[in-house]
Amino acid sequence: MTREIDTDASRLRFRDPSEARALGASIARTFAQIGRETVTLMHVCGSHEQAIARFGLRAVLPRGVDVVMGPGCPVCVTDVPEVDEAVALARAGVRVATYGDILRVCGSAGSLADAQAEGARVDVVYGVAEAVEIATRCDDPVVFFATGFETTAVATAAALLAGTPPNLSVLSAHKYVPPAMEIVAGIPGSRVEGFLAAGHAATITGSAVFEGFVERHRLPVVVAGFEPLDLLAGLAKLLELVRDGRAEVANLYPRCVTREGNRVAQEKLWRVFHPCGGGWRGIAQIPDGNLRLRDEWKHKDARWRHPIEIASATAGAPEGLASRCRCGQIMAGLAKPTDCELFEAACTAETPVGACMVSSEGTCRIWAQYGGHPNLAVEGVL
Amino acid sequence: MSGSGADRIGMKHGAGGRAMRELIERVFVGRFDPDPRATVGLDAMDDGAAIRLGDRWLVITTDSHVVHPIFFPGGDIGRLAICGTVNDLAMMGAPEVLGLTCAVIVEEGFPASDLERVQESMQAACREASACVLTGDTKVMGRREIDGLVLNTTGVALADRIVTDRGLRPGDAILVTGPIADHGLAILAARHGLSLEGDLVSDVAPLNGLVRAALAAGGDSIVAMKDPTRGGVASALHEMAAKSGVGVVVDERAVPLRAAARAAAELVGVDPLHVANEGKALVGVRAEAADRVLEAIRAHPLGKEAAIIGRASAERPGGVILDTGVGRRLLAEPIGELMPRIC
Repeated sequence: MTREIDTDASRLRFRDPSEARALGASIARTFAQIGRETVTLMHVCGSHEQAIARFGLRAVLPRGVDVVMGPGCPVCVTDVPEVDEAVALARAGVRVATYGDILRVCGSAGSLADAQAEGARVDVVYGVAEAVEIATRCDDPVVFFATGFETTAVATAAALLAGTPPNLSVLSAHKYVPPAMEIVAGIPGSRVEGFLAAGHAATITGSAVFEGFVERHRLPVVVAGFEPLDLLAGLAKLLELVRDGRAEVANLYPRCVTREGNRVAQEKLWRVFHPCGGGWRGIAQIPDGNLRLRDEWKHKDARWRHPIEIASATAGAPEGLASRCRCGQIMAGLAKPTDCELFEAACTAETPVGACMVSSEGTCRIWAQYGGHPNLAVEGVL
Repeated sequence: MSGSGADRIGMKHGAGGRAMRELIERVFVGRFDPDPRATVGLDAMDDGAAIRLGDRWLVITTDSHVVHPIFFPGGDIGRLAICGTVNDLAMMGAPEVLGLTCAVIVEEGFPASDLERVQESMQAACREASACVLTGDTKVMGRREIDGLVLNTTGVALADRIVTDRGLRPGDAILVTGPIADHGLAILAARHGLSLEGDLVSDVAPLNGLVRAALAAGGDSIVAMKDPTRGGVASALHEMAAKSGVGVVVDERAVPLRAAARAAAELVGVDPLHVANEGKALVGVRAEAADRVLEAIRAHPLGKEAAIIGRASAERPGGVILDTGVGRRLLAEPIGELMPRIC
């Protein structure tokens, strides 16, 4: 039996080490031209943080280029009352289907995992299609607790438009990223000078969605993909725009993203959802930051179909560790996981305290997964 | 939710990572009376112990084996039990096995034909390792008092020179004897019924022949060995680095990994460096002998795809740095069970 060793990965176009070194050098040059001690850039996507931490990209950047993660983890920003609603439904005997990541996220008194341990019926699904399947197979009311940004919201919308069994309804905790960028950019004390926008969300919204933001905040936005070279090229471009004082949108992910985006997906999204104000956990009330079902979809809205008694979920909420959790500041880009006294001490992937450690998209979880201190340069070991 | 975690044994305490090491240190090491004759004793937390016997060393090791499923692609619990113990001896620099013991604990209702299959597999592995089972013990426990079958094997061997897992100095090369992560991923795939393309089979094999060849080529230049079983290469490197008081820098692109394993790891969301191997060794070699030892290992049928994957360094003692080709980061030590991504 002969077997081949796979060495392709190292030769992949978007992981080429010499290209990476060239981009690193370009970033260093631009940063030197800017001539300031620190430039803070923000990305708003757990997958970006995954790639940055996984490939050790911070070690390639000059020490003064600070790349921070903003509110880019949909599970993390799912607000406490939203989790409470899902937990209350589950405890009231309604079958709840949802993504695995949200299972252990605590509301004011417990998580869906707690409710499940008490005997509630909670199904972990990979997507809305599986929730539809569960509802098809049973007669009981099933609620799909729908979390995630516009990418997963489109999937939820498409499923509803395609037709779902009458016993299925949707508890939407979907979030819409562009308004959150507005809030984070406007936070007093924010030092963010440019944004890296998530390529996959932009495939749907199009890069044009950021044009208004750029106008209003006079900050550049670069749409970037998820391979190491995508990210380094995105950061290089963003620094150039900062250096030149140009507030504009640049699309460095043209192999997937267009200016207009996916019109069909957008049309589906807005036929089912409308934006409305609501809380993003730990960050703020964000106008138009939440996606809720439109009135014509009321019959599919779990909030309309089921009386939700939140009191049952919030009774006897514990204090303690959670009060020292700094997830909110971390998601706003104002603090790093290593600034939190709980990080990798009381708060670990096994026994998470805050949402950023629960979700595999959360900054704390990602940092813990890749060694805890992703910037070796700052650690003084390079 | 997990308030009892501190006082109860959890699955993480058996997973080969930090939690397990901390439990062993807290409960066992230093609480048994030390044996003044043992050069490598319990406190070394090495693959086995070594006692001076005239001008040679008696090496002894023991290991209990539980695996689900009992029969998996590439092996079974019997092959695992023989190879695990033979390999632990080999990692101490003792490839010539004097003998093995085998204790069997079996659940009431377990099919006798399966037990026979397991025995046949143990015998086949013994032949490959030039080892014999000399004595044993069999117990039957009631239904649900034990889960199927547990095997314990103990091995003894004589060695002229002991190789520990703490002999690295800055500059030493670190070799791996072949592609990593096949065993853990084959088990994960079998356990979760994943049908994956490619031949994802366990690498379980006795390494004493390969180690004999390496020692013949490298002699005193081979300064540290460890088999990266539970916790994978990451855990083994952390242990070697911490015990040796050096840092380790790993070149990720040099780590051999089959396409099937890479695909499976991405699918379940685990890092191949955290996944168990049962037929691979990490070998620390003085730099000047590295090529010679690599060549000797590659000449062995089990070491054809061996590679130098990193080096010991003076930076960040006890830490493991991963060079990804496009950047550098710390390689985390796995804490507990591998948790396949669920979302």
